[in-house]
Amino acid sequence: MDQDIEHRIWEFIDGHCSPSEKAAIVQNLADNQIWKNKYTELKSIHDMLQKEELDMPSLRFTKNVMEEISRYQVAPATKNYINKNVIRGISSFFLVMIIGLIIYFVGQIHWNGNSTGNLVPAFSLEADKLNWSKMLNNTYVNIFIGINTILGLILLDKYMQVRKKDGRSGGWSKGDSA
Amino acid sequence: MTITGHSDEEIINRTLKGDQPAFAQLVERYKNYVFTLILRFIDNREDAEEIAQDVFVKAYRSLADFRGDSKFSTWLFTISRTTCLSFLRKKKLDIQSLDNEKTGLQLENRESAFHANLVEQKSRHAMLNQAISMLSPDDAQVLNLFYKGDQTLEEIGKIMRLDSNTVKVKLHRARQRLKDKMEKYFSHEVREIHSD
Repeated sequence: MDQDIEHRIWEFIDGHCSPSEKAAIVQNLADNQIWKNKYTELKSIHDMLQKEELDMPSLRFTKNVMEEISRYQVAPATKNYINKNVIRGISSFFLVMIIGLIIYFVGQIHWNGNSTGNLVPAFSLEADKLNWSKMLNNTYVNIFIGINTILGLILLDKYMQVRKKDGRSGGWSKGDSA
Repeated sequence: MTITGHSDEEIINRTLKGDQPAFAQLVERYKNYVFTLILRFIDNREDAEEIAQDVFVKAYRSLADFRGDSKFSTWLFTISRTTCLSFLRKKKLDIQSLDNEKTGLQLENRESAFHANLVEQKSRHAMLNQAISMLSPDDAQVLNLFYKGDQTLEEIGKIMRLDSNTVKVKLHRARQRLKDKMEKYFSHEVREIHSD
């Protein structure tokens, strides 16, 4: 009961109750001493919290911050330096991998005819029945490492180009990242 | 928020255009707010000041990422929170959470420690601060955002990733717990306040 009264009074103090609820609470506050006392109690806490002063750091605080930030520049917005093509490239890479794997698994299915003449797949996706050595032989691993090395070199080259360009224009450099 | 006549957006735009000293106005405007928020996570004033400084440096460096779809104070709160949590993680201190079972015990210990030097803490400001510091970080956070950060329930919901009705319930509960703490440890002062 008490909790319900408190809840309704807090709603009233915060101004979150409907006009009809507000009228009912005003009526209760006028007629009922319990409501009145509770209101006084909660309102005093509310007022105290509202009037509460904030803690203050030392007087040198702003000066210290300004001295610190004088060594930095505002970094460009993340959306400006995240290249969407890179994200698209990575997504495509994984998509191709997934599609490749699906094609490989489908290729492993042997279609057998049953007594009714329908074709049924004679394949279960159990890891021990898969021929992993076909996929993970030296040739495929080497091709995979080769592609990744080339991609890595391309990314490194792009990164160095951006740094060189920023260095010339006096813009944001790596050390400025937030 | 405008104190010196310029809105936050105007100061941010000036800073982004290269007027670095303009940022000092934002620091002046929000330093107490940020410092108070941090003190809710970290008891030590020196550490809190260092973290507050770090918050403003981070805010400055990533100012271009502030999209303006929330208040600047909301954005600062988010930076303050993550900076505090990193600091606590670095210091390997326990990060308390309302759902954490240990919280109760830790809070009880804190309560005992505060109870011991109650005599020295007489002012209303100190009393309220102590009572808030006895609350769980979640409760203290809601109270700070609502009363000190001047944030609406919707804005608090955005920060805490909750809907505004849940925030409302949390706010009621936080105030209820604050009232209980004040009645338990500061009953004399509370009576004085009520009789004012």
